[in-house]
Amino acid sequence: MRNAVTTNKLTKRFGDFVATDAITFTVAPGEIFGFLGANGAGKTTAMRMLCGLLKPTSGTATVAGFDVYTQSEQIKQVIGYMSQRFSLYDDLTPRENIRFYGGIYGLKRADLKAKANAIIEELELGSVADKLTGSLPLGWKQRLAFSVALIHEPKVVFLDEPTGGVDPITRRHFWDMIYAAAHRGTTIFVTTHYMDEAEYCDRVSIMVDGQIKALDTPGALKKQFGVDSMDGVFQILARGTSTK
Amino acid sequence: MIHIQNIAKAFGEIHAVQDVSFDVARGELFGLIGPDGAGKTTLFKILVTLLLPDSGSATVAGRDVVQDFRALRQMVGYMPGRFSLYPDLSVEENLAFFATVFGTTIQENYELIRDIYVQLEPFKNRRAGALSGGMKQKLALCCALIHKPDVLFLDEPTTGVDAVSRKEFWEMLQSLKKHGLTILVSTPYMDEAGQCDRIALMQNGQILAIDTPTGVENRFAKPLFAVRATNIYRLIQDLRQAPFTITCYAFGEFLHLTTQDGVSTGTIDTYLTERHHKQLEIKPIRAGIEDSFMDLMQHA
Repeated sequence: MRNAVTTNKLTKRFGDFVATDAITFTVAPGEIFGFLGANGAGKTTAMRMLCGLLKPTSGTATVAGFDVYTQSEQIKQVIGYMSQRFSLYDDLTPRENIRFYGGIYGLKRADLKAKANAIIEELELGSVADKLTGSLPLGWKQRLAFSVALIHEPKVVFLDEPTGGVDPITRRHFWDMIYAAAHRGTTIFVTTHYMDEAEYCDRVSIMVDGQIKALDTPGALKKQFGVDSMDGVFQILARGTSTK
Repeated sequence: MIHIQNIAKAFGEIHAVQDVSFDVARGELFGLIGPDGAGKTTLFKILVTLLLPDSGSATVAGRDVVQDFRALRQMVGYMPGRFSLYPDLSVEENLAFFATVFGTTIQENYELIRDIYVQLEPFKNRRAGALSGGMKQKLALCCALIHKPDVLFLDEPTTGVDAVSRKEFWEMLQSLKKHGLTILVSTPYMDEAGQCDRIALMQNGQILAIDTPTGVENRFAKPLFAVRATNIYRLIQDLRQAPFTITCYAFGEFLHLTTQDGVSTGTIDTYLTERHHKQLEIKPIRAGIEDSFMDLMQHA
């Protein structure tokens, strides 16, 4: 089966600054791929290129088989995206948010209604489905945002620090949803600052100063660096670069 | 050093802080641990005199947060959760500005900030807006310290910060503590709680527990096991169906399983082996802060 994401020496320069420096990797369909790195390591730039929002300076990349240079509009149709900063409209109700995003992705009216009911039931949002989204606790919002990011059944979903500031139980419910989506075949591309969450990924890449310094399963990385946690791996690789 | 008695604050229907009381001793590093929406920021704003409580009272360094707010503002250092320096001023200009506002100079209190400021010095002419996240955080800390406050309030200084910078930040706090400063710090990261002398776990405007980090861990009274196998996704589903299970959550590479009393590793092993799980590893463990927090949340 074709890879969900491929990059080959993907590079982005801003003036003299090399934000993303010749990164090469592939992500398999249905894989949970952890994309880690210190603040300023170049994760966001790389993700923006993969989402078709930023043209690379050089190198190649495909997402769901589409080329990031020439097929960025097709890419946007087959990916989902959510982050802590950008997710849902606070002034719409959960039901309206679902219909709005579903509509943008071209879902039919009848499908939309069924989809909205299914999401509201699955997330147990029945009591608040017609209240403003802004009034919901953060954890509920984030789980709803994730469901909305999956509404058009994307091939690949990009999650940028989806669990920041979320309480520990909701954080785990969120990962239950990630596992379930991956189990159905959706490819998950996720960033996080919680090192325990790095352990939940099938494979993890760690970026330092624009380059991928390590890429493997959590188990293999821990063995490679002789430590017993992903936090240990991260501290070894990223320390000394964060003060720049 | 901080005395909080029955403080409450509501915004319309949202009860941000509900009847919160606790004390912080002089020289203590006290952590307020809880997710977004727990009420940490509201409580901080009340303590640094930026918000009036609906009811209850509080004193900081012996001054009442409502009556003596002017005097108190000279005595506290406050680093808000959102970056609040002037992005168009340089590093040095920001620091000089805050020193001047408090009627002092950088030189006068340089001793307190020296260890942190030397790391910023190479960039002292750079605009604050152009600094990296870690550097902004260090500058904000210097600005909160430049008038040599008695009590330092740090509202989520490490949120959104990578694991390496977070560790460095806590090392800075430990060294500030040696100067005798009283520090109240909030964080959503449970793994940082162990750095504090005492912690208050907070959720939905209420305090779930106040204790030393070890004390909080010791409150966890049920049997707790770490379990793993080759297929974690199926493992979590099978364990949640098990008759002996109370809760089962992912914790890094293991699952943490809370069971009813009297359950042994043998019981769990038999159950999972029947369901064909491979490379099983099951061991009883001591609860961490996060286990305790999750347990307390469910009984709140």
